[in-house]
Amino acid sequence: MNAPDVVAVVLWAGLTLYAVLGGADFGGGFWDLIAGGDERGRRPRGLIDHAIGPVWEANHTWLIFDLVILWTAFPLAFASVMSTLFVPLTLAAFGIVLRGSGFAFRRVVGRVAGQRLFGAIFAVSSIVTPFFLGACLGAIASGRVPVGNAAGEMWASWLTPTSLVTGALAVVGSAYLAAVFLVADARRRGDAELEAYFRRRALAAGLITGAMALVGIAVLHADAAYLYEGLTSRGLPLVLLSVACGALTLLLLARGSAQRARVLAAGAVAAVVVGWGVAQHPYLLPTTLTIASGAAPAGTLTALIAVTIAAVALIGPSLGLLFVLDQRSRLEAEGEGFLGMSEAPPPGR
Amino acid sequence: MLAPHAVGLATTSLAAPAVAAAADLLAARSQMAITLGFHIVLACLGVAFPALMLIAEWRGRRGHDPDALLLAQRWSKVVAVTFAVGAVSGTVLSFEMGLLWPGLIGRFGSAFGIPFALEGIAFFLEAIFVAIYLYGWRRLGWRAHLLSGVPIALAGLVGTFSVVTANAWMNEPAGFTLGADGQVTSVQPLGVLFNDATGYEVVHMFLAAYMVTGFLVASVYAVSLLRGHRDHYTRLGFALAFSVAVIATPLQIAVGDVAARAVRDQQPAKFAAMELISVTGSHQPETIGGVLANGRVVGGVAIPDVASLLSGFSPDTVIAGLNAVPPDQRPPADVVHLAWNAMVGIGTLLLIPAVWFVLAWWRRRELPSSAWFLRLAGVAGLAAVVAMEAGWVVTEVGRQPWLVYGLLRTSDAVTHAPGIVVSLVLTTALYLVLGATTVVVISGMARRWQRGSVADGDVPYGPREAAAR
Repeated sequence: MNAPDVVAVVLWAGLTLYAVLGGADFGGGFWDLIAGGDERGRRPRGLIDHAIGPVWEANHTWLIFDLVILWTAFPLAFASVMSTLFVPLTLAAFGIVLRGSGFAFRRVVGRVAGQRLFGAIFAVSSIVTPFFLGACLGAIASGRVPVGNAAGEMWASWLTPTSLVTGALAVVGSAYLAAVFLVADARRRGDAELEAYFRRRALAAGLITGAMALVGIAVLHADAAYLYEGLTSRGLPLVLLSVACGALTLLLLARGSAQRARVLAAGAVAAVVVGWGVAQHPYLLPTTLTIASGAAPAGTLTALIAVTIAAVALIGPSLGLLFVLDQRSRLEAEGEGFLGMSEAPPPGR
Repeated sequence: MLAPHAVGLATTSLAAPAVAAAADLLAARSQMAITLGFHIVLACLGVAFPALMLIAEWRGRRGHDPDALLLAQRWSKVVAVTFAVGAVSGTVLSFEMGLLWPGLIGRFGSAFGIPFALEGIAFFLEAIFVAIYLYGWRRLGWRAHLLSGVPIALAGLVGTFSVVTANAWMNEPAGFTLGADGQVTSVQPLGVLFNDATGYEVVHMFLAAYMVTGFLVASVYAVSLLRGHRDHYTRLGFALAFSVAVIATPLQIAVGDVAARAVRDQQPAKFAAMELISVTGSHQPETIGGVLANGRVVGGVAIPDVASLLSGFSPDTVIAGLNAVPPDQRPPADVVHLAWNAMVGIGTLLLIPAVWFVLAWWRRRELPSSAWFLRLAGVAGLAAVVAMEAGWVVTEVGRQPWLVYGLLRTSDAVTHAPGIVVSLVLTTALYLVLGATTVVVISGMARRWQRGSVADGDVPYGPREAAAR
């Protein structure tokens, strides 16, 4: 594999991690939104807040990581995508601002009215953001982003059947992932009622995501020929893997095996993202810019590969530490108020 | 709607430049200014506030000072908010690199992007360890907890280096070769990372972050002291934060002096604008205030020979004027000059409370008791922010009309997408609300703490209920 392909793999790995980890956080907002009024929604919202709190910023960083890799390694692709898809990307950026700040503000405001407001902002933007990001991927995948400074159509590039389906798929896929993750979280807390609550929702979201994916394939057939051809040939094993993972997740959920369901649900989403990459290989922008022709000079790619190695060495263990501490309930609120701090200083140990 | 221009990004301005409408260029610059000007304050807090919080925790643990520990905890709650807002406003900037300046990334992304890849790692580590530190207060051993904060401060240092060296690269582009068509044909990453402006810009910004954070945090406690809360907790909060600013201020003035000389040599037009010098010559006066009208200084106070003296230690020192470069390569001098005055003026005035503090501490091991000192310290927080913003205006506006100095004009880098004015209006509204909300939310937290409320989080949406089960 040559250097541009290596960096493209890094790019896709980051994208996959963002889709799984960041997606689950967006999905949490989806369930937060439809959890009902103050009283009814109190406990699911509590679990969601707990699950997202320590990890969302780290998970969000995969997006930044990918933007940076893209603009450094494949500058023309980045400039073309960002300028043609100005409208949906601006809306996605607004969504990111509102989601993160709404979430952070909700945890620290004292009044219930403020919490309702910031909670609603957080939850609505958790749906808006993945939709527009998904719509952009649809525009790229269906070959509607030509090379150049705003060379594509400002509206018609993403107001298409493909983009609508990929945007919707991002939303429901995220909701599905989040629900499966929350089943496991509820079980870890020994909360059988919430476990059942999210299991029902995970099953429903899983079925809807599957149905939406079928619609998506039909739309791609009509609207994105190159991608469809790729997904049904070299990408086919991954598509089938995703289907198998998705079906097995539902089966495991129904039988009450939450931990393994979590892994398989992540696998189902990851396989789709990787499958998309394989299907549009060797293109960055089908069918106008290839990975090789869009790549930065060798010095840049070498630097990025070195940065990636450093990232794996530094971020890998750190992220592992965060997730392990989180899963072992060492990052806990324990009913002691915001961020787990009682106002009395903890005793020095 | 059809995008009117389909000019390849790769083409240089030689090939029929499709210049975006002047209004869109101005809108794009304004949007960048607003979003970056907003984020830079949070970036300062993100770099230096965790260090402050660690100092307080260290003092609390080692000195068995419960007030210091309480400060560390409360500061970490504020960090949770500012870090979140900083994370999302920083993400907007990375979008804007392409949304607003596709011509910059399209042509120079392979060089300009390298520092940001490094920043990606730094920010990642920051996000991870901020989470561990914030959520680990209760169930991590205290040594492990304190240790989990150290990578945050270190990542802040690396992050400052990466982002500021990218800005330095725009001033002193290096580490690449251009082909005959103006395209980057090879890149030397170390040359990009360590360009001729890296050294002074990075140190200057790093110290600015500590000044802004120190003065800003201390100003909150100065106001509290003025209102009669003279307890150990408030005095400690003030002293810890103010000490950091006191150390940074004189260092910053020295580094600023080095930076000014470097700018004089590297970007004569920027320096001429800073000093409001229109014609090259010796015996240049130091002009304070004033604007240029038809090449003459109007208003302001001119101190004879001082600019030449400061620059070369002799009134005979020749300083290049704006006339040294063609008119279409001159920055808007008035803005740069007034911002420069503001930065240097405020930065120097901030020495007054700093020296006052040191003298009082040296003599009596106490805070200065004068209300005037506290008033000064109370104003110093916002003043430090203004000085930092002004300094940023000097370096950014002073580089105009270039985005990459000498190589790429800002007008050639701007997006060809229409309707940037709409985006500007929406973005401005969003950021006004976001900024105001951040201030209101944090001061609400402070009010609750002052009332001694411990009920944070005991609310319908909060985590308490779920966790208690």
